[in-house]
Amino acid sequence: MTDATLNPVSNRGPRARFNLEAWVMRGGIAIAGLFLIVAVILPLYAMLSKSFEDKDGAFIGLTNYVAYFDTPSLSYSISNSLTVSIVATIIVITLAFAYAYAITRTCMRFKGFFRLVALVPILAPSLLPGISFIYMFGKKGFMRELLMGEPIYGFIGIVLGSSFWTFPHALLIMITALSLSDARLYEAAEALRASKLRTFFTVTLPGAKYGVISAIFVVFTLVITDFGVPKVIGGQYSVLATDIYKQVIGQQNFQMGAVVSVMLLIPAVLAFTVDRLVQRRQVALLSARAVPYAPKPSRGRDIGALIFCSVMAGMLLLVLGVAAYASLVKFWPYNLSLGFTHYNFEIMDGGGWGAWFNSMKMAGLTALIGTTLVFTVAYLVEKGQDARFGRVVIQAMAMVPLAVPGMVLGLAYIFFFNNPANPLNGIYATMAILVLSTVAHFYTVAHLTAVTALKQIDGEFESVSSSLKVPFWTTFRRVTVPVCQPAIFSMAVYLFMNAMTTVSAVVFLYSPDTNLASVAVMNMDDAGDIAPAAAMAMMIVYTNLTVVLIYGLLSRLVEKRTQAWRQR
Amino acid sequence: MKIDITKYMTTVATFALAGGLAANAAAAETLTVYTAVEAEDLAKYAAAFNSHHPDIEIKWVRDSTGIVTAKLLAEKDNPQADVVWGLAGTSLILLKGEGMLEPYAPNGVKELDPKFVDSEVPPSWVGMDAWVASVCVNIPEAEAAGLPMPASWKDLTKPVYKDQVIMPNPASSGTGFLDVSSWLQMFGEEGGWAYMDGLHANIARYTHSGSKPCKLAAAGEIPIGISFAFRGAKSKAAGAPLEIVVPSEGVGWDMEAAAIIKGTDAMDSAKKLMDFIVTKEANEMYNAGYAVVAYPGVAKPVEHFPEGLVDAMIDNDFDFAAKNRKSILAEWQKRYDSKSEAK
Repeated sequence: MTDATLNPVSNRGPRARFNLEAWVMRGGIAIAGLFLIVAVILPLYAMLSKSFEDKDGAFIGLTNYVAYFDTPSLSYSISNSLTVSIVATIIVITLAFAYAYAITRTCMRFKGFFRLVALVPILAPSLLPGISFIYMFGKKGFMRELLMGEPIYGFIGIVLGSSFWTFPHALLIMITALSLSDARLYEAAEALRASKLRTFFTVTLPGAKYGVISAIFVVFTLVITDFGVPKVIGGQYSVLATDIYKQVIGQQNFQMGAVVSVMLLIPAVLAFTVDRLVQRRQVALLSARAVPYAPKPSRGRDIGALIFCSVMAGMLLLVLGVAAYASLVKFWPYNLSLGFTHYNFEIMDGGGWGAWFNSMKMAGLTALIGTTLVFTVAYLVEKGQDARFGRVVIQAMAMVPLAVPGMVLGLAYIFFFNNPANPLNGIYATMAILVLSTVAHFYTVAHLTAVTALKQIDGEFESVSSSLKVPFWTTFRRVTVPVCQPAIFSMAVYLFMNAMTTVSAVVFLYSPDTNLASVAVMNMDDAGDIAPAAAMAMMIVYTNLTVVLIYGLLSRLVEKRTQAWRQR
Repeated sequence: MKIDITKYMTTVATFALAGGLAANAAAAETLTVYTAVEAEDLAKYAAAFNSHHPDIEIKWVRDSTGIVTAKLLAEKDNPQADVVWGLAGTSLILLKGEGMLEPYAPNGVKELDPKFVDSEVPPSWVGMDAWVASVCVNIPEAEAAGLPMPASWKDLTKPVYKDQVIMPNPASSGTGFLDVSSWLQMFGEEGGWAYMDGLHANIARYTHSGSKPCKLAAAGEIPIGISFAFRGAKSKAAGAPLEIVVPSEGVGWDMEAAAIIKGTDAMDSAKKLMDFIVTKEANEMYNAGYAVVAYPGVAKPVEHFPEGLVDAMIDNDFDFAAKNRKSILAEWQKRYDSKSEAK
């Protein structure tokens, strides 16, 4: 209440209006908080407590954890997970840095093209590279000589597959980090006659430091929490994410699944926390007087960059192309004629074409509901005048999903929603729980996008509206939403694509009525039907590609109308 | 263009509502049927049943034998399945021991070979067919790797086959379990585990499903896949250069069987389905892939089936297999699980 009376804005409105408006605002904040508690916090609590219980639900302290460390085949996965994650992170960070450097700091040709191609893996589920690698590096693979007799199944396959699908994530961060730099530093370096190499280590690298650190943690977390790559190509090399699945689905040992989940949660949360702490120390790199750096042509460097980017882009396209080809070959490797027989999903595991339609529905609903919800909550948090404490708590809760692996979230949802005592028990095994879990899983990035967009809008809009006696929901509808349209669109596309490709959370939550395309890919591969699995994976890619193209066209059209004010 | 947020919200609400309505409309006569039958046959099985009972919709939940068994056990207090149609007999004997099956004598059950029917009256489960272990060998791949054609189980432990064999994980796969169970019965407990120790040294990977080793052999990913005869015959029919080997010591087998899960709220429909499962028509359908079926006189030879397969079937002790399933799997996992594929 003191908040409200101190607030000059609300004092201007008539008493009656103020009450209604404040009520709606507080109600909205309360609902938002409740949503995040139900969708994220309570399930995680249910999961944690399960790891301290026996089969009948009695508290047994650390017994499950002792059993875990007493079983070498289980605890061994911890070092396996860390090893693949660290190796893949080093590879991806090196390659992504070089690629981003070529795009931002050279005068290489076709920059736009290379930038687009590098994003291709985002369209595909992480199961796809594993499938492609069987055709490339398997016993009958056309590139198997490159492995010099080593099998692709296991360590090598996991590292390669993880590198493929995390590359664009690292690249986007690196491009942002390398785009901002002060040309005056380079002029100074040149004036001091520093060598190119020295300039690189004393100016370029420190300037991009925070971006690189962020990318390291993002890639590490993505790899260690990923389930798709090790599931398909992991062979006998067990990692934490596949162990959770083995325990829960294979042996229906939910308590042990919860213990492994905690083991996976620890590195993910650590990486997240360290990254946050480091980023906090970042100071503005670009002062008002900075001169943006523009690369000057340098023949050798530019040609080298072009060659490097061509090789990288070629490899990314090759992996995708192999999956597309594999889905068409009639009987690899003995009958190489092409056809669409593998697209006859009805005779396979996974739920047939219905799974694809379900995925479309799930992704559409996730985009629609998720965007509406996330944006509204972000608005309340960012522009709300009241309930300061509530807003801070929501802000913090909105960050949690980023640190929670999908497998862990999915298992947490089983524990929380499949409990007959839960009034929300009814949504278990329905489309609703798939949408809810997917919105929760990808909440943070969408939230941050919305917050960034909202921060760009001057708070004066709210003040002016308020003094004109316009309630906040009218301002929201007539000013905020149209101004933020580009961000809203990109949130929707982000949620849609991730809902199409995700396996980790939903693999525990789908039911025979709600088979999903991404899960079908996994199930078909499990049954040995690798070509149909490739076909379904390609259906996901084609769907996402279509959505991205529509988004590109639509945002151009809409931007012309709603964003004209950005031009003077 | 301005976006009308109320319109936006209405659309969301309509979607949610439509979803809810659709869910209600589907609540007619549905039977949730758990199965481990090959996915490509499920539509055929359902269609055959629906030609007699178009009003009963079958909702399949399919996975490998071990997974379905584990799922049923986990759901013991809150069963989700109405009927099990096509799960290993060993698993059903186990479920019967847990008191999870509803005894019912389907109309016409007397026609079946008594070996395929639970001996108690009324029976808790009825068999459909037998599926039999076999070894799929990719002929060109084996030649390229310089491997002799194996003739017996013992052959597969020879050093020449190192990393050239794939077999299913018995914890998840019914085929994998019947192999392990048959080795323990044929070679004795000690000899069986000693055999598996030797075999383990040659195994490249253990797979989640029992069909996958043969499918991998068919695709040339591995020269030798331990699988079952029906899968091998299907891959051979699809053009794979396979030889289906029947090991000389004899081959393990299990029957596919069906039962009603206790506590089902669709008992009438479940009984109708059980009545259909024992018909001659249904058995003819099983015969498409299984050389031995429960209905006497129905079985015709299956195309691409190896010769002598039926004679090689061991005298299987199902009670031994069911009773010791848990401890066998625990021992197996302790010894070999680090090589297993995820799941």
